[in-house]
Amino acid sequence: MAEKILEIKNLTKKYGSQTILDGIDLSIDKGEVVVVVGPSGCGKSTLLRCINSLEDIDAGEIVHDGHKIGMVFQSYELFPHLSVLDNITLAPIKVQKRDKAEVKKQALELLKRVGLLDKADSYPRQLSGGQKQRVAIVRALCVEPEILLFDEVTAALDPEMVREVLDVMLDLAKQGRTMIIVTHEMQFAKAVADRVIFLDGGHIVEEGKPKEFFENPKTERAKKFLDVFSFDDYLKDGEGI
Amino acid sequence: MNWEFIEKYLPLYQKAAVLTVKIGLLGIVFAILVGLVCAVVLYYRVNIARQIVSFYIELSRNTPLLVQLFFIYYGLPKIGFAMSAEQCGVAGIAFLGGSYMAEALRSGLESVEPIQRESAKSLGMNSVQTMRYVILPQAVSTSIPAFVANIIFLLKETSVFSAISLMDLMFTAKDLIGLYYKTTESLFLLVVFYLIILLPVSLLGSYVERRVRYAGFGS
Ligand SMILES: Nc1ncnc2c1ncn2[C@@H]1O[C@H](COP(=O)(O)OP(=O)(O)OP(=O)(O)O)[C@@H](O)[C@H]1O
Ligand SMILES: [Mg+2]
Repeated sequence: MAEKILEIKNLTKKYGSQTILDGIDLSIDKGEVVVVVGPSGCGKSTLLRCINSLEDIDAGEIVHDGHKIGMVFQSYELFPHLSVLDNITLAPIKVQKRDKAEVKKQALELLKRVGLLDKADSYPRQLSGGQKQRVAIVRALCVEPEILLFDEVTAALDPEMVREVLDVMLDLAKQGRTMIIVTHEMQFAKAVADRVIFLDGGHIVEEGKPKEFFENPKTERAKKFLDVFSFDDYLKDGEGI
Repeated sequence: MNWEFIEKYLPLYQKAAVLTVKIGLLGIVFAILVGLVCAVVLYYRVNIARQIVSFYIELSRNTPLLVQLFFIYYGLPKIGFAMSAEQCGVAGIAFLGGSYMAEALRSGLESVEPIQRESAKSLGMNSVQTMRYVILPQAVSTSIPAFVANIIFLLKETSVFSAISLMDLMFTAKDLIGLYYKTTESLFLLVVFYLIILLPVSLLGSYVERRVRYAGFGS
């Protein structure tokens, strides 16, 4: 049996009188890649932020048994006053008190892996969006988290840069990393996920294997949601408006 | 213009200038420290401390330095806090400057996107580490122009030190005018010495400002 690394029990989160997450139960195994999808405003970001303790929760619990959690944001959030290398090594050196030379070596290896070795001394503002996001991923990796959270990390990117970031994530999945990914890239979700979670109205409405979920959604709400991403109807009818 | 007079009293002005700069700079260092503490308190909205800081800022900004100095020099000894004139000068500049530095730094701190804090937290940093390595460096670079303006302002304010009988530049000039009626020469020296002190600060300031403009890291 796979080892459980994260367990969310009856997670409830409210903003004022509005209940955003209404009793979410979810457990994640080590090495599992879980993709969370759902309509805008359904609480996907809120779920990740609760998992990462960026938000206080109103009820329930999140058990991660001390497993370290890392997060990558839609807007990269690199530190503008630090070079790429310093962005990556800051936390390992200053927080984790690890050996400088060793951290630097690890950072350069990771940068090489995502094709950005030559950008080590650049500053964030000198990078494209896709490059920034790859640096942000490397930075998150360098603190050696056991669970990685991704919140729509390609949503702010120009289409031609989306792929380079998704490829990095596919590579991480292949390495057996535990990841929770929020995305609107359905093809990517299908490729990367071990399990897909469909969130709507504060509940997990449906969950399953990606192939099942995307090809044969069981619930009406999931069907309706997935239809938004499809142009099949248009192609079938062949007529304009 | 009587050059002999000027030559004769030049050393007196030099001594006064050294005193002015010494007290001014020391006061500014303390002002920056006071400002840093106040700005951080305001930024984190620390209860009670925040009210105290707001009160201090209003008090400091809305009273003249001269009044503040009188209070420190003549008033504090009455409640058992006697300080030398020099210490009073430093304290006065720190008291006045602290609020200006606080405001400058606070707006710098608030210009840093809050999500940068979350980003730091996600990397495992606690709030002190986040402030020190992430927020403060960005805030300071945004605040540099305001800092420079404040430093020049505070150095100019030192001209009221003579009121607590500190032998600064202003004191020296007034003294010489009173003694010898050489008004032109005394004032000429006064202006020259203030320029000697302030121009380099101003030039250095614009240089630093250009370096950090728009917080343009890596440009
Ligand atoms: N700080 C906040 N204060 C009040 N309401 C909030 C706050 N943050 C989010 N919300 C509300 O909570 C709900 C869920 O927001 P959340 O950002 O989690 O949605 P999402 O699923 O990530 O949407 P999207 O796909 O657009 O990113 C929304 O209705 C939003 O308006
Ligand atoms: Mg979101």
